[in-house]
Amino acid sequence: MTPEEIQQSLAAKFGDAVGPLQPANKDPWIEVKPAALREVCAHLKTDPQLRFDCLMNLSAVDWPKQNQIHVVYHLYSYAQRHAFILKVKLDRASPTVASLEPVWKSADWLEREQFDLLGVTFEGHPDLRRIMLPDDWVGNPLRKDYAEQPQYHQISTTRESPLDGFIRLDEMKKRAAAKQEEEKAKAAPPPAPPPTSAATATGAEAPAPKKELPQ
Amino acid sequence: MTEPRRAPENPTMEMTSNKEILRRIEYTGDMLLNMGPQHPSTHGVINFLVQTDGEVMKRAIPEVGYLHRSIEKIGEKCTYNGFMPYTDRVDYIAAMFANQGWAMAVERLLGVEVPKRAEYCRVIACELNRISSHLISVGTMAMDVGAVTPFPYALREREFINDLLEELCGARLTYNYLRIGGVAFDLPEGYADKVITFVDHFEKILVEFNRLITNNEIFVQRLAGLAPIPREMAIDYCLVGPNLRASGVHFDVRKDLPYSIYPALQFEVPVGRGERGALGDAWDRFSVRVEEMRQSCRILRQCIAQIPKGETMAKVPRKIKFTEGLEAYSRIESARGDMQYYVVAGGGENAYRVKVRTGSFTAMGIIDHLSRGLMIADLVALIASLDVVAPEIDR
Repeated sequence: MTPEEIQQSLAAKFGDAVGPLQPANKDPWIEVKPAALREVCAHLKTDPQLRFDCLMNLSAVDWPKQNQIHVVYHLYSYAQRHAFILKVKLDRASPTVASLEPVWKSADWLEREQFDLLGVTFEGHPDLRRIMLPDDWVGNPLRKDYAEQPQYHQISTTRESPLDGFIRLDEMKKRAAAKQEEEKAKAAPPPAPPPTSAATATGAEAPAPKKELPQ
Repeated sequence: MTEPRRAPENPTMEMTSNKEILRRIEYTGDMLLNMGPQHPSTHGVINFLVQTDGEVMKRAIPEVGYLHRSIEKIGEKCTYNGFMPYTDRVDYIAAMFANQGWAMAVERLLGVEVPKRAEYCRVIACELNRISSHLISVGTMAMDVGAVTPFPYALREREFINDLLEELCGARLTYNYLRIGGVAFDLPEGYADKVITFVDHFEKILVEFNRLITNNEIFVQRLAGLAPIPREMAIDYCLVGPNLRASGVHFDVRKDLPYSIYPALQFEVPVGRGERGALGDAWDRFSVRVEEMRQSCRILRQCIAQIPKGETMAKVPRKIKFTEGLEAYSRIESARGDMQYYVVAGGGENAYRVKVRTGSFTAMGIIDHLSRGLMIADLVALIASLDVVAPEIDR
């Protein structure tokens, strides 16, 4: 079935809970209301015309501008050989949606991954815990406003760039030159009211004006 | 001197932490074994919490994440072209496919058509890589169940492919060969002859390999009927690639959702039949991989015969930019099955979100279910037969 036909058959059954097809993108998708998600998916799996027997991919995208998190479900049917994409838009402050583990078993690990990396809670998941990161990690790294903690168990999470040394050599030369100049300025007598001779002499000796080195 | 631990952000996380699992197991009086994270037969850094009653496992819980390098986050930080070397690290044994998945996803966003010669170069590189990846898989699987001899035999052949790929792109493991819109280098002079010489040699070796190990009575008895995955279960858990085909599902992305030049090539999709034991058992998964190597040889011969002359790079803008929110999805048949990239474009030169869906990740998800009631020694064979690669799970 084409995506249009799938959308029509869903809209006929679920009405407002299913949004219109969004064909503007490369792959058309529809929006589903979070409350109706489990029902819609159970229908997608069991309906003999649709028979989406596999949840291929589950990803979440953080949109701070719209204050939303979108959960994207990529479905595929090995029986009918057609694909479809659902999206659920959740509130960013407390993203909660029903788990699809009872419908497709592959949702188990895929949901755990999104829970770990984006902090989306899947209600009804039998074993919702972090999968990639340690249990006591702070924050969800794939959120756009994620700020890494400076330490994890007293292990620093940042390190100096090995290239810093090269920059510092230049910096050292620059600083030494600046210091020399300063000392010279100190050693030189304070400029007399008509500063013509003294100023030009120090001006000629002084190194080239400071340049910001590209770092 | 330990710092007080911060309270976890989410209270449910504390309830189902790994420690809680350990405590629950301890209450039952069963033995608890930690298999891994550093274990020679787990194919990388994976931990299995094995709850056993004697030799029989009640459950093996996979704990992954030791190799999590946040490749998806890196994808949001660098340009579309700049992400290509990082995709090599998604699956280092079959890096060419990760390259191709990324290139195809961005090409779909761009709407660029890749020149024919570049497509042939890609397929030649990918099929060589598929053979080398499957050689590692079948070799280590034989070694994991106790037959050490086939492993060096498989690795010896893999060396030839490494040399071929090195000549093509300069690297033996992390190739970074594909570019968005084409390939980095054209085939070197005399490359076609070298590939054909290798294929001639390798097809003979495959016969020998089958005689030595695939149809070896001891090996067959060890694996036949072990951890069979029925067809419906394989689909439900979203197994892909050789693991799915071993369960009797006739599906190959190259055939069913054809991309690149695969529609122009003749090859068959080997499917498990349960000849030696149950359908979808460990031996089926092994033999499907061996047969796939033969099919790859067929594809290589056709590619070498058909490859046209011409450009190897399409016209691609130097700075790739899209409107924010544009998204694309690509599916390719990697050595470990259906590899998928989901890319959401950002406003600038970076992607907004990159999601890599790999075959090993979902294959790991099924181990908890399959391991119940198996012997501990069979767990090793099960992991090997699913051909999981640790960095591909964690990304």
